[in-house]
Amino acid sequence: MTANIKEFPGTPLSEQDFAEGNILFNYDELRGHFAWDTGIAIGRYLAALKEGIILGARCTTCRKIVVPPRIVCEWCFRPMHEYIPLQDTGTVNTFSLCYVTWDVKRIEEPEIPAVIEIDGASPLHGIMHMLGEVDPPKVHIGMRVQAVWKPAEEREGAVTDILYFRPLQEV
Amino acid sequence: MNERVAIVGLGWVGFRPVTPERSYKELMYEAALRAYADAGVNPRRDVETFVTVAEDFHEGTSIFDEYVPDQLGAALKPVHTIGGDGLHGLAAAYMLVRTGQFDLVVVEGHSKVSNLLTLPEVTAYAQDPVLNRPLRLNTHFVAGLEMNRYLHETGTTREQCASVVVKNRYNALSNPSASYGAELTLEEVLAGPPLAWPLGRREAAEQADGAIVMVLASEDRARHLTDRPVWILGVGWCNDSPSLENRDWAQAIYAREAGRMAYRQAGIGNPRDQIDFAEVDDVYAYKELQALEALGFCRPGEAGELTEAGVTAPDGDLPINVSGGSLGVGHVLDATGLARALEVALQLRGEAGPRQLEDVEVGLAQSWRDVPTTSGAVVILGN
Ligand SMILES: [Zn+2]
Repeated sequence: MTANIKEFPGTPLSEQDFAEGNILFNYDELRGHFAWDTGIAIGRYLAALKEGIILGARCTTCRKIVVPPRIVCEWCFRPMHEYIPLQDTGTVNTFSLCYVTWDVKRIEEPEIPAVIEIDGASPLHGIMHMLGEVDPPKVHIGMRVQAVWKPAEEREGAVTDILYFRPLQEV
Repeated sequence: MNERVAIVGLGWVGFRPVTPERSYKELMYEAALRAYADAGVNPRRDVETFVTVAEDFHEGTSIFDEYVPDQLGAALKPVHTIGGDGLHGLAAAYMLVRTGQFDLVVVEGHSKVSNLLTLPEVTAYAQDPVLNRPLRLNTHFVAGLEMNRYLHETGTTREQCASVVVKNRYNALSNPSASYGAELTLEEVLAGPPLAWPLGRREAAEQADGAIVMVLASEDRARHLTDRPVWILGVGWCNDSPSLENRDWAQAIYAREAGRMAYRQAGIGNPRDQIDFAEVDDVYAYKELQALEALGFCRPGEAGELTEAGVTAPDGDLPINVSGGSLGVGHVLDATGLARALEVALQLRGEAGPRQLEDVEVGLAQSWRDVPTTSGAVVILGN
């Protein structure tokens, strides 16, 4: 709509006005450094990723298998102490094609975040990751995918130990 | 409407300088689990709504309320997070029960301050960005300014402030949950390095990690759940001017007004006679003296003398911070007020172990949101 407006009322500001100090402003930068203790459940999850394993946890009450694991079932509030290695394959629950990066740059080839329901976990339980090696228009909900891992010696116990998920050859 | 509200469950974990074995979510879970077991309730079935207190900058996660439901058993239930001290959260939970809409409400506060590597820089972000922050002062300066004016106007001495440190850190030796118990002499406290003169390093509380969860219930529900309810008799909170330029530097007006609000509700006309003991803000040693005067336990300038005379010691007439306070337990940031209220509740239940006070019926908890604020709250509890 603004494209149709030829003249804007008021006084426009330019970058130069800021540079020349015509505009008064105050600049400051927060030095906020954090180091999160991963704790019992997420700590195990990350340690397993380093070994090339996606780890889930099972609730003995509702029998849900969740991923990433946690020490308490969100739904039953019962402790979860059964850790279960899952497959590194799964099904796309939902995805998006993102044409703006996290630091707000426009990109031609979209980034493709997706929630992947991991094989072995309960329905609707999946992990948030990226899709790769795929033509964006061909991505679809229900698509079968598999993790592409970093080489073992480069893994560091982080979610980025999985590079992305790529389409699984469907039989 | 529910007329009376009681605390029926207490759970906490900590308080320790570091907790590397647990995530903040797992700390919250552990405290919640204990509180629910203590109250004999199931959060999924019984608890109707949840209140948590947290400051995004302390957590390192914005919109932090998104990160609290699962570990409290609060998924798919009404939850809200307050950017305030633990006592503000307790006040909110109290009001939720009073509405009559809810009979069982949970309040949570925690500190994972060991994960915040640049606490002074983050605290500086509480300063006005245009008027104060460009001066680039460590925010302890606000306490230095306040203490200086407080000493100047009341005739209180540095020794009297230091005697608060001696008392509270000694009290902490009887509290297994406290991190900073110590047997110090007045000279040792005063010999510490200066922080923001007249404030010395050893008069400022060190931080600790931990989590506290309380379960609140309406009278009917409370009587079903427990035979030792801790009644909330009065609640008050207040903010003075946020400005560093024109606040009253000598007195804690916010504490005075919060106290008056709580006293009015609890029907307390003479706090010294009607309140048996208190847990008050001592994030800086002089704050305890300032708080006692603001809360009407004594006249301005008297709190230091009372402390020196042992009146505020556990065996004195008016025990203050028997838990050890923030100086002895550790400063748990946004959970601080809940830590004060926790001790009051434990004392009233007769569960304070080696530091149990005899014959206590009414206790007061007071808190302050730390520099550079003039934000505080008061809760009065009875058994
Ligand atoms: Zn479950």
